[in-house]
Amino acid sequence: MSKPGEYYQRDRAWHPPALDPSYKTSVARSPRLALISLQNSASEITGPVFGHNDIDPIDNDLLKNYAQAGEGPIGERIILHGRVLDQNSKPVANTLVEIWQANAGGRYRHKKDTYLAPVDPNFGGCGRTMTDENGYYYFRTVKPGAYPWRNFINSWRPAHIHLSIFGSGFAQRLITQCYFEGDPLIPKCPIVQSISDPTAVQQLTARIDMNATIPLDSIAYRFDIVLRGRRATLFENRLEGD
Amino acid sequence: MSQELDYLNETPSQTAGPFVHIGLAPGAAGFDIYKQELGWDIAGPNAKGERIRVEGQVIDGTGSPVKDVLIEAWQANTDGVYAHPEHPGEVETGFRGWGRVITDFVTGEWGFDTVKPGCVAGRSGSVMAPHINLWIVARGINVGLNTRLYFSDEADANAVDPVINLIEWENRRQTIIATRGERDGAVVYRFDIRLQGENETVFFDI
Repeated sequence: MSKPGEYYQRDRAWHPPALDPSYKTSVARSPRLALISLQNSASEITGPVFGHNDIDPIDNDLLKNYAQAGEGPIGERIILHGRVLDQNSKPVANTLVEIWQANAGGRYRHKKDTYLAPVDPNFGGCGRTMTDENGYYYFRTVKPGAYPWRNFINSWRPAHIHLSIFGSGFAQRLITQCYFEGDPLIPKCPIVQSISDPTAVQQLTARIDMNATIPLDSIAYRFDIVLRGRRATLFENRLEGD
Repeated sequence: MSQELDYLNETPSQTAGPFVHIGLAPGAAGFDIYKQELGWDIAGPNAKGERIRVEGQVIDGTGSPVKDVLIEAWQANTDGVYAHPEHPGEVETGFRGWGRVITDFVTGEWGFDTVKPGCVAGRSGSVMAPHINLWIVARGINVGLNTRLYFSDEADANAVDPVINLIEWENRRQTIIATRGERDGAVVYRFDIRLQGENETVFFDI
């Protein structure tokens, strides 16, 4: 059995470019010079390890993790679930997944958010969980609302949930956003549309999952996540100095 | 026609946005929800080696500090060992080597306390100078930016570091070397990150 080696090179054309003039904030925050490509060393192959002691079981239940006793947030009850895989279709087990989102009215619980929709007293808007041995994760939450943002004067974000995923090496670190099937704002959003390949946008769009939907309770959306895969070290290409 | 390769595409990145704190540092967003927020203690109480502080700003292409950044740090301990099952060696109990830091909403200043890492074994017998790996996300950053922080008092190790030496423009190498100083008897390194423009920080595609 060969040891796993370097991560596959990230396909930068599949990701949004650093600079997209339609996403105005990217203009002054994007490097102008080329990234310098590194072969993976121990610094990129390794990454932080988390355990169940780092989190609480209730952390993945946004219907309850900030609600007062006997109450709950306003909004459409949903389940967001899926698997974290690598590019070789191998499950990424025991990895930390964190999410954050606006409430059903499109308002974030954040001291810098000034949108006129109200804060929900029973909704914090963040959650976290560890994938199981099959790479599976799930959250219970409310479907977030769309909201306006200052880009063009009439720019609106489609409903979305932010996700942060670790993987097992720092090279796999990823933050992304999950959108919802059928949202008419997806094709109008400059942040989404900074991704050039429509198939890549599809990959960020969760599909309704009637089989996982709980009758008379919650609609499920399925969102699988793919992290970078690793080469098998079939030929000598030593990472370590030993 | 030929066979299809069945590799999956990596999930595309999207910006962390201005409210990244809600998910990754909710206390900074203005509320208390988790038993413990992750990433506030990089080295833990038992770590050997020199205790240091690292401070800086992230500066955009107009010269203004970016005030809604989140940075993650990943480093080895003083023996050059990463707290990871694939890395040979042991770390001190409680040493994780990973941390999160956010910028002040008013000044854009950030800072974290840790221990100075040791040299780490590099590829093919090389030795990497002490460094901290940084990953920078914010509104307006579509894919998280990777860079490394090296130390100004490690001139000999830096001179032979295989990654620093990959940067063919020698005048750019200083953009990833933190400047050592002192304040009230404590060691403080300054590391400003310039996203764009004059002295743009070297970022890596890892």
